[in-house]
Amino acid sequence: MTTTTAAPNDQGHRFTLRTTAQVGAEPANAVEARGIVKHYGATKALDGVDLTVRQGTVLGVLGPNGAGKTTLIRVLSTLIRPDAGSATVGGYDVLRQPKQLRRTIGLTGQYASVDEYLSGSENLYLIGRLLDLSRRDAKARAVELLERFSLTEAAGRPAKTYSGGMRRRLDLAASMIGRPRVLYLDEPTTGLDPRTRNEVWEEVRRMVAEGSTVLLTTQYMEEAEQLATDLTVIDRGRVIANGTVDGLKREVGGRTLRVRPARPGELAEMVRCLTDAGVLGATATPDGELLSVPIGGDEQLTAVIGVLGGRGFGIAGIDTVVPSLDEVFLAITGKTSTDSTAVIEETQR
Amino acid sequence: MSAATATLPRPTATAVADSRTTPRDHLRHIGALTRRNLMRIKADPESLFDVLLMPIIFTLLFVYVFGGAVSGNQQAYKQYLIPGLLGGTGLNLAMAVGTGLNSDLQTGVMDRFRSLPIARSSVLIGKMLAEACRGLVSFTVLIVFALILGLQLKTGLPGVLGAVGLALVFGMSLVWISMLLGLTMKSAQAVQGVGMLVVMPLQFGSSIFAPTSTMPGWLHEFTKVNPLSNLADACRALINGGPVAHSVSMVLLWSVAITAITAPLAVNRFRKRV
Repeated sequence: MTTTTAAPNDQGHRFTLRTTAQVGAEPANAVEARGIVKHYGATKALDGVDLTVRQGTVLGVLGPNGAGKTTLIRVLSTLIRPDAGSATVGGYDVLRQPKQLRRTIGLTGQYASVDEYLSGSENLYLIGRLLDLSRRDAKARAVELLERFSLTEAAGRPAKTYSGGMRRRLDLAASMIGRPRVLYLDEPTTGLDPRTRNEVWEEVRRMVAEGSTVLLTTQYMEEAEQLATDLTVIDRGRVIANGTVDGLKREVGGRTLRVRPARPGELAEMVRCLTDAGVLGATATPDGELLSVPIGGDEQLTAVIGVLGGRGFGIAGIDTVVPSLDEVFLAITGKTSTDSTAVIEETQR
Repeated sequence: MSAATATLPRPTATAVADSRTTPRDHLRHIGALTRRNLMRIKADPESLFDVLLMPIIFTLLFVYVFGGAVSGNQQAYKQYLIPGLLGGTGLNLAMAVGTGLNSDLQTGVMDRFRSLPIARSSVLIGKMLAEACRGLVSFTVLIVFALILGLQLKTGLPGVLGAVGLALVFGMSLVWISMLLGLTMKSAQAVQGVGMLVVMPLQFGSSIFAPTSTMPGWLHEFTKVNPLSNLADACRALINGGPVAHSVSMVLLWSVAITAITAPLAVNRFRKRV
């Protein structure tokens, strides 16, 4: 129990960065799952999933609807028992030490798990009391988190009057009350508008900066790229790839730069110019309006812009797009049609 | 429940960090969850409609529609019916709990509770205690309304308090049956359907509404083993006077037996429910 007392329950009312000494006392991997199997009747929701989240990092679990992401989170938060396999979180076994494990984690579900009829502050106070905070501490913690998540004005209103984004923020706040060492975020931005999504991303980054380990499930490649250090891609209950985000991006071709020429007639010349300069894959988009260039890294992005600027082309607009989940899947499964598991080279470690 | 924990100071960080759950922690968890359920009622006063209206409607219906025909004397029938209605009201309220619990399970809040380091039984006990508060409100409405209609408390306040307390104890044991149904069945509608199947025969196949001596033999036998008859008889004896030992001890026995069997089953279902 010496490790649990250190981080999650310290009573300072400000968030503190965990010291290296505390991290050092924890197991190297915050989450380790081996061969997790969960069947629902004939459906194999999870079919032997291995997964590792390193301490202090964000693992993105990427997969389409029905891939088994939520089932995995439910197994790792002791809500359901796996049919086979083993897993530890913060060093605690999901089957043998569920109570200690629950003290280690914070859970934010796909559907905001707050009580609609209670106000924001009542919701947080309740969770605080259930996590053994004193009345005074539970109240103080609620005030502190409401403030942090910009909900102070709405604190007294029933949660059912909240917007989608406010609910999601309240849900995040609720999962932060016990200062969990490991946070599960199950599709935290599904169904949110772009602005609200950015707010949630900001919060997640802040939690990570403060030392939380995060297991994030998502359907969006962009979200994984924004937040995660490592990625595990799952499909139909199986892991089909895992590695670093950069490794996976190299695998699937990374971002695409799109350039709108100031003078549309110059598009073909731009493509020729880049090809001559040794840039691979520069093409005009099918509609003939944009220049499209696959980008491996930031240096290449700079180089391409440099070439275009250097040759005096006018640029009316640029953006970069990350590959969609479909493209990621196509790249992974296309490469590994004989073998269902691709392990992506990890140069980052 | 606030009072229970008010005297227990927990100021230190070390006490909080201890991951063992003490009985005192359990009480606090149960208190917090009961409070949550009561605050939900406060936030949604419409949810009290059944509690407030059922005793009034039952009383009016049976006293004035059937009362004269059943006994020929409405005053005598009031004294007969009202104590028994404590049991009938309790049964109806208790069996509705499972339906609500089943809908609750579809929400993320239950996942949140289940992922916290608290005993999962606290969630169900908190629900039961909040239901007991609802029951108490309903019994109070019933007695006050009956007093307005002319019910006489022949044994005074102790008698009526005893009857209400007994009905409450029995109702709380029924809540466990209802919660077990709510946790076992797939949909809230199914729970409601089965609940009705339980409520109707138990309620009408008892001595709540009419003396059982005129019923055919098989039904008479059923009413004798039906604990609601015991409860109705006990409440009548407590309010109107008469021997109480047998009926009261039967009700207590039933309550303990029902709780001892269904509460662990319900908690187990709640633990395992996906």
